Amino acid sequence: MIKRIAQTAGFTGLLAALLLTLLQSFWVAPLILQAETYEKAEPAVVQPHEHTGGAMAAHTHDPEAWEPQDGWQRVLSTTGGNLVVAVGFALMLAGLYTLRAPNSTAQGLLWGLAGYATFVLAPTLGLPPELPGTVAADLAQRQIWWIGTAASTAVGIALIVFSHHWLMKVLGVAILAVPHVIGAPQPEVHSMLAPEALEAQFKIASQLTNVAFWLALGLISAWLFRRKSDGQYPA
Amino acid sequence: MSIISSTGHTTSSTTSTLTQRLTAAICASILGASLVYFAGFSHIEAVHNAAHDTRHSSAFPCH
Repeated sequence: MIKRIAQTAGFTGLLAALLLTLLQSFWVAPLILQAETYEKAEPAVVQPHEHTGGAMAAHTHDPEAWEPQDGWQRVLSTTGGNLVVAVGFALMLAGLYTLRAPNSTAQGLLWGLAGYATFVLAPTLGLPPELPGTVAADLAQRQIWWIGTAASTAVGIALIVFSHHWLMKVLGVAILAVPHVIGAPQPEVHSMLAPEALEAQFKIASQLTNVAFWLALGLISAWLFRRKSDGQYPA
Repeated sequence: MSIISSTGHTTSSTTSTLTQRLTAAICASILGASLVYFAGFSHIEAVHNAAHDTRHSSAFPCH
């Protein structure tokens, strides 16, 4: 069983990460690089993030820290990042499959859609995809809201899909809505260095790339998980 | 012989399922979430720089 989860997650993560890297390289990364030209043109003394809360540390990047050089190094390290993230998501999917095995490979598409809704759509409703150089609220607060939103969306969807009682389904919808009622942390003043058209293009590129990534993740994982049935690979 | 052993396996895998499957599912999910957290949410500067484009593309909070 553990071998089945590991194999499903490993191969799914690998394939989905390659697809993600391909889509990113042609579509998303050029937009990020373009936005960074505005970020780098901005005089470095003025930090775009000024946190008003006294407890929050000012946002600075350590110039000493290792950074991949533009070109193959950057593509390679992004591929590595994609791989880790993709295997992570695939592990969650494969883990859930041991509880609710997909009845068909096509059902993987539904799992993929649910993953997209949980980890992309719901968080981006409050915190849209950002290009470098966009002013946003405190990082830690946004991360907490993001994780909380993903968790509540996952629980909400699970209740809506798997519970049989209507009351539980209503509860699922309520849990789904909670983070959006609370609202995502927002900066006092919205501003960005990149032109709005570029940001709009980036939002579309990011959403579509993530839809493709999640559909691939769901489809490949369901296919591999069903192929490697327990009888074939005893736990 | 092969029939018996395969039946034995099926029975053992169905009886052990619930607890075992639940444990496996939870462990896999925690491990998966840790991987995503490490690449996407870690505050270590070098990790941030390496996975920078992944974070922006996946709409994780980055800067």
